[in-house]
Amino acid sequence: MSREMTGARMVIEALRDQGVDTVFGYPGGAVLPIYDEIFQQNDIKHILVRHEQGAVHMAEGYARSTGKPGVVLVTSGPGATNAVTGLTDALMDSIPLVVLTGQVPTFLIGTDGFQEADTVGITRPCTKHNWLVKETDELAATIHKAFHIATSGRPGPVLIDIPKDVQFATGEYVGPKQIETPSYQPVKKGDLATITRLVELMETARRPILYTGGGVINSGTGASQLLRELADAAGFPVTSTLMGLGAYPASGRNWIGMLGMHGLYEANMAMHDCDLMIAVGARFDDRITGRVADFSPGSVKAQIDIDPSSINKVIRVDLPIVGDVGHVLEDLLKVWKSRGRKTNAEAVRAWWTQIEQWKARNCLAYRNSDQVIKPQYALQRLQELTAGRNPYIATEVGQHQMWAAQFLHFEDPNHWMTSGGLGTMGYGLPASIGAQVAHPDALVINVAGEASWLMNMQEMGTAVQFRAPVKQFILNNERLGMVRQWQQLLHGERYSQSWSESLPDFVKLAEAFGCKGRTVSDPAELDDAIREMIEYDGPFILDVLVERHENCFPMIPSGKPHNEMLLGEASTDGAITGAGGALV
Amino acid sequence: MAALNIQKGASSHSAYDLRDPNAEIIESHTLAVLVDNEAGVLARVIGLFSGRGYNIDSLTVAEVDHLGHRSRITIVTRGTPAVIEQIKAQLGRIVPVHEVHDLTVEGPSVERELGLFKVSGKNEKRVEALRIAEIFRASVVDSTLESFVFEITGSPEKLDAFADLMRPLGLADQARTGVAALTRGT
Ligand SMILES: Cc1ncc(C[n+]2csc(CCOP(=O)(O)OP(=O)(O)O)c2C)c(N)n1
Ligand SMILES: [Mg+2]
Repeated sequence: MSREMTGARMVIEALRDQGVDTVFGYPGGAVLPIYDEIFQQNDIKHILVRHEQGAVHMAEGYARSTGKPGVVLVTSGPGATNAVTGLTDALMDSIPLVVLTGQVPTFLIGTDGFQEADTVGITRPCTKHNWLVKETDELAATIHKAFHIATSGRPGPVLIDIPKDVQFATGEYVGPKQIETPSYQPVKKGDLATITRLVELMETARRPILYTGGGVINSGTGASQLLRELADAAGFPVTSTLMGLGAYPASGRNWIGMLGMHGLYEANMAMHDCDLMIAVGARFDDRITGRVADFSPGSVKAQIDIDPSSINKVIRVDLPIVGDVGHVLEDLLKVWKSRGRKTNAEAVRAWWTQIEQWKARNCLAYRNSDQVIKPQYALQRLQELTAGRNPYIATEVGQHQMWAAQFLHFEDPNHWMTSGGLGTMGYGLPASIGAQVAHPDALVINVAGEASWLMNMQEMGTAVQFRAPVKQFILNNERLGMVRQWQQLLHGERYSQSWSESLPDFVKLAEAFGCKGRTVSDPAELDDAIREMIEYDGPFILDVLVERHENCFPMIPSGKPHNEMLLGEASTDGAITGAGGALV
Repeated sequence: MAALNIQKGASSHSAYDLRDPNAEIIESHTLAVLVDNEAGVLARVIGLFSGRGYNIDSLTVAEVDHLGHRSRITIVTRGTPAVIEQIKAQLGRIVPVHEVHDLTVEGPSVERELGLFKVSGKNEKRVEALRIAEIFRASVVDSTLESFVFEITGSPEKLDAFADLMRPLGLADQARTGVAALTRGT
């Protein structure tokens, strides 16, 4: 049954038919007809942001924490250009988003009309796909197709640019089931022969490792379940990228921690020395591989990924398996079980002994203090005091982000929201609001650096307006800490522009926004402050004044292999040799 | 810095190791890309090449199936075998791209390009230009007392050779279509 209606109404109708309950947006001239329709309905909740970048990061937080696509509505010109950072962020981290932008009426396109921007041109390289809809009759089908493309295959952001006259004009509405099957249908099942070959390798591997990434989480909770089953049944160690944290639980017995530039010593050493690497929804990012030529030189590498372009892009793999992680793991388990669940148990036991020795280096050790709060200590206390509440954690970008990844324990997928690929400062506060909107009763915490937090702090107004009781846990070192660390280690201690000068009083700022804040600098008071933050009924800013010059270790300097890590001075000596060691 | 043993001129103190660790032989490949003939599709393909730093030596595009709204883009590109593989995978990722064929590896193919060459000259040069055009089976599509425009179809190498010979004879201008290619046989 098709119905005649305006383009603006079609937007609402299509969103409703797609099961959308929340839209993050900001109005303007070119989307007024759609806002008029929003006014006249109650099914879809609209979260009014303070800046369009905030809307996109909120939608990302919503999407990451629910597994559903996030939806954004912004106006033409500046509304659309403000969304670009968020789109690029979502593209890099494979987050499904549907972004609707208003556009000047079709007859003004190309005339440099007021608030005209070439939105599809600007966003072509930062979306998975985008459309300019010129006919109202095509609008509904395009929206349905957009949801399909955003969520299938490797997920990503899509954008639909809708000129104002297309919103006003009437056309025929079609429902999601009435459109012809989109031709975009990525393969889900992996090649069985290659999967069987991988099983054979698993049966004999002496030093296997599961290297997991954000693809496991994007594949759905079922994939995490299958990963757990596989790792636990086979007894293989599991490491994960920043994006994959929570797919395998931190309390699981095969967990060896995050890998990569600031990953754990044991995880990086195991990656370097393994003989069978099974990459599961991970893409060998440069933050993971270090020097490519020396990356895990002795291993046979298998890679499961839904995106063929992720395979052999950076690292040559021996067994490429193109398919959805969940489907492939299911087949992998089936084949492995049917062949008698074999592993080279004795060798794997020896491998674990080696891993335990690496663990004994205690690479996350740091020198605590009773004078000043160490950022690591603050996160350990946060972990301790929130355990059992399974919080959703967002982060900004910098040292605090890496410490959060190292010191917080993620037990479930979809509980960790961080800007991995793009490293977008200003991501965390809006992302935490998006997650909170999706889970109103959950504990949602943004682990922030003071500099990043300021980048989108206007969204505190959104949190207060929509009663999103997000907790802003600011590790305030009064420095662009990560920049300062690189300058210290790699640029002769010339601290060029890496100070946070003239910081606001975060407590007064909280009050100005209509929420609550507290500053804490005494380690003895930290627990009390964290408890107050958690228990406060509303948004809360906790300004934790931490050690200013703490460095984040372990660290693989760029261009170095995995086995040349820098460790903090508090970890067991001897782990690194030669010149690198003199540094710390 | 000294403690890290970073050599002078090394790029490893930057966020990325900029030196290609596996510099290999550069190959030329001809790709045929079948796409939906929709707005912006060419921009997506070209944007992919410029955005990811791939080479385009030649590019042609035209609708080949009017009813099915399909166009065929023929791209001649260069890169290491790994880069060529990436290019194909990246092209395959573009939503309106339906098929990517590497004609260079999929068996023998024919490649043809059309060129127009304007040659200005008098006397012996003019006669010599006509004589060479005959050898190349180029046809004269315009002529004045002091110039010819030759049309020639052939492989890009043939057109290059023709241009080289015409240069001393007064080659004034040229326009080339870029390569169109098809696999041989059924
Ligand atoms: C939008 C943006 N601009 C610049 C950077 C580069 N950058 C990475 S970390 C960092 C410093 C972050 O400081 P802060 O938020 O205080 O975190 P800290 O490292 O001190 O924990 C900067 C400037 C970035 N990642 N994103
Ligand atoms: Mg800081």
